Amino acid sequence: MFGTTALFDELQRIQREMESVFGSTPWANGIRSSSAGFPPVNVGTTADEVDVYFFAPGVNPESWNISIQNNVLSVAGERRVIREEGASYYRKERFDGEFRRTFSLPDDIDPERVDANYKDGVLHIRLQRKESSKPRQIKVN
Amino acid sequence: MTDKTELATKNETEIKPVARQPEPSIRPAVDIFEDESGITLHADMPGISKDRLSVKVEGDTLSIEGDAEIPVPDNMEPLYADIRATHYQRSFTLSSEMDTDKVEASLNHGVLTLRIPKREEHKPRKIEVNVG
Repeated sequence: MFGTTALFDELQRIQREMESVFGSTPWANGIRSSSAGFPPVNVGTTADEVDVYFFAPGVNPESWNISIQNNVLSVAGERRVIREEGASYYRKERFDGEFRRTFSLPDDIDPERVDANYKDGVLHIRLQRKESSKPRQIKVN
Repeated sequence: MTDKTELATKNETEIKPVARQPEPSIRPAVDIFEDESGITLHADMPGISKDRLSVKVEGDTLSIEGDAEIPVPDNMEPLYADIRATHYQRSFTLSSEMDTDKVEASLNHGVLTLRIPKREEHKPRKIEVNVG
């Protein structure tokens, strides 16, 4: 039958486009993630590290709970919006409550070498790759 | 039909200002409430520090604007992004009883708080009733 290969090519193309829009599979939201949408997250990689950014303003710094287990990064926290009683509210758009987001990490992350920094409402987690997995130049004698 | 063609020809020769691509910006989420003495606004602006924030009142328009600063290592390749802009912008129309000269702004962990007081003469006043 003619056209079968073309169809599969098309499906592959669509899948590639979906991946480029929604991010590749390892970074799909973990099944244990809650509180859809808060906080928004960006992830970037270099040869040496993986950087995860949580855009989470107004989080009580004591409430951050970051852990790595079985190559899954889990980040939880709490943001309480103080509501004024007796005031009339015109807009209530801001997230209020507890949140948790989980991510599967690439295999080459060293769980011992992770640091996190919370500044101006952005939590920045730096995860170093294992030394053995870094690209190495091979010299030809 | 002839008119249409003429119009199209004319447009082509006209010198038009270059259409500027609107800067992609984030509309920060806000809470707004009013009590007896004024209006309070909270806005989520992660990545904004004091020197990168601008709060302006022009006429009756209050606008908040800023550029987030995110520390990014060299040669970083984006893998996943919920946030695709670093510019924040949102504006609101104020009414005349707000005292725009006395707006107070503060920033705490990326949350902007604005306090816009009402003019003295517009604050509700309690009228004492004298009982004879």
